[in-house]
Amino acid sequence: MDALALLAGEPGVWKPFAGGTDLMVLFESGKLAHRKFFSIWHLPELGGIEVTPERVSLGALTTYTEVQGNEVLRREFPMLCQAASETGGVAIQNRGTLGGNIANASPAGDSPPALLAYDAQLELVSQRGTRLVAYSEFHTGYKRMTLGADELISRIQLPRVHGTVHQYYRKVGTRKAQAISKVCFAGLARLDQSSIREIRLALGSVAPTPLRCLKTEAVLKGQKLEPSLINHARAELAREIAPIDDIRSTSDYRLRVAQNLLQDFLSQLQQQV
Amino acid sequence: MPETTEKVAVNCRVNGLEQTLHAYPMARLLDVLRENLRLTGTKEGCGEGECGACSVLINGRLVNSCLVPVVQVQGTDIKTIEGVALSDEQLHGVQEAFITCGGAQCGICTPGMVIAAVSLLDQNPHPNEAEIRTGLAGNLCRCTGYIKIFEAVVKACQSDGAKA
Repeated sequence: MDALALLAGEPGVWKPFAGGTDLMVLFESGKLAHRKFFSIWHLPELGGIEVTPERVSLGALTTYTEVQGNEVLRREFPMLCQAASETGGVAIQNRGTLGGNIANASPAGDSPPALLAYDAQLELVSQRGTRLVAYSEFHTGYKRMTLGADELISRIQLPRVHGTVHQYYRKVGTRKAQAISKVCFAGLARLDQSSIREIRLALGSVAPTPLRCLKTEAVLKGQKLEPSLINHARAELAREIAPIDDIRSTSDYRLRVAQNLLQDFLSQLQQQV
Repeated sequence: MPETTEKVAVNCRVNGLEQTLHAYPMARLLDVLRENLRLTGTKEGCGEGECGACSVLINGRLVNSCLVPVVQVQGTDIKTIEGVALSDEQLHGVQEAFITCGGAQCGICTPGMVIAAVSLLDQNPHPNEAEIRTGLAGNLCRCTGYIKIFEAVVKACQSDGAKA
């Protein structure tokens, strides 16, 4: 791929452009440090949704519209479909891509919490070859990520979701359409009679990166769903996340809403028991 | 594609006509449509993909033309508000409905609203109310004339003209 040769030839100089829904705004306002751009929008290697018995592999250029239109994703990965449907309006969904959402590395992205809860892996490609990284280890700090200057995100791999799984996704913004989230929550759980066999929690807009909440999960895993457990989990979540005041919301509000969303998810699980 | 500060030639079809657009590769499709082709029906509102005033269709898909670098429209089929009417004499059913229902006030959002509605009805000729709201969610009207715009789309769905 010529794109990889460009990136390898002058590392850090070239900026790849996909749908442009984030980058064009920065470019026009003079906020992009890069001066050289190349379009990856038409590269077939980075597109398409492939389904195998083990996983669904989404090309990095998969748009939010394509996510919503895919049968397997609608059936097994409803949180990702919901995130896609709540990202911008139709025009943004037709151009915005999953790979771009990840590479933009905003802590407020809508799809990252769902991808974290699904245990996504990213396939990164360069002239050196291809490597897989766990998405939970990809974002290392605010706008920092495990992506070499010569690498592109090529695919997003999601392990198939089998059996009875409870999924909960909720984005809280100022208004229903076109808003950037104040808090975004994705939760996935499997129950064993009255206890939690497996649980994965991920939040957006509450830390410098999209955050998988392993400590809160550890409090919940294997436990019986009781009111005391929910309180315990709320307290642990407060320690695990680090929301801030900014133009969209306040630290206090985000903390309270994050705890309430966790409680809402756990209460819904309780009703399943 | 290599770095260039030179203008490039981008071939595409706009409202049914083959065009060669000479522009800087990172120029916004919005500006090239308005300035090179003088298709000034497409408006600039926010310039950052929030308001939908610059909506056009690329290969039948609704996009914000302020967010599309022109180099990415090579080989595509573009439709702007100027290409929506069926002929010089006959408007599209959506346009007729906007007139009948008073779906325009200051008019800046109107081309984008019409394009978004045309796009919605192309994909889904009989949308329910929620689907209409979702279809127009990316288009802002700062006169806040949303009810009449919504009614216009409902009316367009009921007329045969919607599918034209």
